[in-house]
Amino acid sequence: MMSTHETILSPATPPVLGKSRRRVGERLIFAVLVFCALASVLTTVGIVAALLQPTIEFFSEVSPLDFFSAEEWAPFFADPSFGVLPIVVGTLSVTFWAVLIALPLGLCAAIFLSEYASPRVRRVVKPVLEVLEGIPTVAYGFFALTFITPLIRDNWPGFLGDPPGIFSAGAAGIVLGIMIIPTVASISEDAMSAVPGSLREGAYALGATRRTVALRVVVPAALSGIVASFVLGVSRAIGETMVVLIAAGNTPNLTFNPVESIQTMTAFIATSATGDIGVGTLQYKTVFAVGALLFVMTLTMNVVSTWLVRRFREVYE
Amino acid sequence: MSDPDRRRLRTGARNAIRAAGEDSEALALGMRSRAEVWKSTAFLALLLLSVLVALSLLFTLILDAFLDGRSRLNLELLTNFPSGVPENAGLQSAIFGSLWVIGMMILTVVPLGVGAAIYLEEYGEGNRWYKRVIEVNIQNLAAVPSIVFGILGLGMIVRGPLSLGQVAYAGSLTLALLVLPTIILASREALRAVPSSLREASMALGATKWQTIWHHVLPNAIPGIATGAILAVSRAIGETAPLLLVGATVFVTFNPDGPLSEGYTTLPVQIFNWVSRPQDEFRVLAAAGIIVLLVILLVMNSFAIWLRNRYQRHA
Repeated sequence: MMSTHETILSPATPPVLGKSRRRVGERLIFAVLVFCALASVLTTVGIVAALLQPTIEFFSEVSPLDFFSAEEWAPFFADPSFGVLPIVVGTLSVTFWAVLIALPLGLCAAIFLSEYASPRVRRVVKPVLEVLEGIPTVAYGFFALTFITPLIRDNWPGFLGDPPGIFSAGAAGIVLGIMIIPTVASISEDAMSAVPGSLREGAYALGATRRTVALRVVVPAALSGIVASFVLGVSRAIGETMVVLIAAGNTPNLTFNPVESIQTMTAFIATSATGDIGVGTLQYKTVFAVGALLFVMTLTMNVVSTWLVRRFREVYE
Repeated sequence: MSDPDRRRLRTGARNAIRAAGEDSEALALGMRSRAEVWKSTAFLALLLLSVLVALSLLFTLILDAFLDGRSRLNLELLTNFPSGVPENAGLQSAIFGSLWVIGMMILTVVPLGVGAAIYLEEYGEGNRWYKRVIEVNIQNLAAVPSIVFGILGLGMIVRGPLSLGQVAYAGSLTLALLVLPTIILASREALRAVPSSLREASMALGATKWQTIWHHVLPNAIPGIATGAILAVSRAIGETAPLLLVGATVFVTFNPDGPLSEGYTTLPVQIFNWVSRPQDEFRVLAAAGIIVLLVILLVMNSFAIWLRNRYQRHA
């Protein structure tokens, strides 16, 4: 039996398999592709290199202690002061108001889309969110300056004290929050949709209501993705430039008061580092030092979020 | 499944059972009726309200720009050059500037991003450390604020090693590096969606690796890559902050005549300049400019989403 099978299956004459010729073209293409992949690594190296040298030179002229503890930010005055606290606090204050708006609204929108909305509603709302995510930040800045700020000023309840000025941290923060709602909602929704249906069905079978399933089963199961969306939203708020540049005023001001005008780290960089800044001047180095601080802050947040997602990811089989 | 995973899964299941237990206990005792119905309705109302508030705020933004800017929505807005007199000011140099900057950016970033994606998806063997390094790097790069890319452009492209000066291509290159991670991620998704049977069939017929990729894998991945690329490009068109650092100046009364022409401005930069002037006439101009920008982006995004839906249905 075996032998007949073999005679049937083996070809009459075995093919001659010589050593294949070297393919120079394939090697070349491979090298080009490796270069493409390395370009992204080179970008990171470039960012670090671009930031590092001027930052080191900056700290040889300004003591790090002054930088992190002095309370006045006036780097371009005749009698300069390099306390970075006011613009860091400015960034944090704007971010705080943004988060206060974006997290609850984004999370509720995500729960609605994932657990309550019909597939038809979801098919419409998800792409709309994506399109809204692409609205340019200058448009948000314009919205803050010409719509939200006047709206707040006109309806300001007197018992809260003085109304905000034309430029205020609060208005910028609110608009920043509106801006990151789509990001938070769409990433949280992805995480909730990824929770297997069997978990929901199990809870329903045991008599749970829809609300209980959403809050006690789906949200805890999707927690790592939800947290990641929060962190991404926060890091977008910290790094956002145009809204604060247009609506928050650009006056370094060590205050958490939302009705006052402030300057953020990003706004400082954008106003100071216009194209004709002189290389090697202290002004130039200051911009890079603030940039380095911003880079470290957002990178830390991203690393933490990656770690959180990996650490608390639910694995379902 | 590792031990902590199993533990977490068990906790999840226990949560579900406990939660359901409370509800069904209430049901058994006949308490589901009023309190539970009320709570559920209130919760749903809260969710609906959130969605409506979020969407209506975002639509207010668009409506506000339209109402403010419609009086200046005419052909002169597109054909006039910037001017200190608001009645004569227009967007022509900004439109041509954006075309040059974005056009050169596409030519730079698409080959680079697709090449990197092909390497990561088709070549890298297994889970080598250098592949992990590239992946983690791309992930982190995607979260770097755009203004930091502006600093990179200022320190490395306008000045420093490349020293191109404040030319349009410096803007293109800066934006290219900014959207590179997005293009790579989208292209990888698209390549991964091509069934491996296609590759195996091609290889079995004696095609080389590159022939397989070029003739079979890439053509099948093109709709996905195009979708991702259009979304990334539309993000770049609206980007302002990094361009302020690499020389997009705001008062340019001529069109750039090439990628290395000095002095350029783009749509969002010109809009920013108009927003930050105190006179109301310039605010109106800014609103009109925002509408132009939004229309361009809306058309591009809708096309990308249409492409994706069509492609998904056929796959």
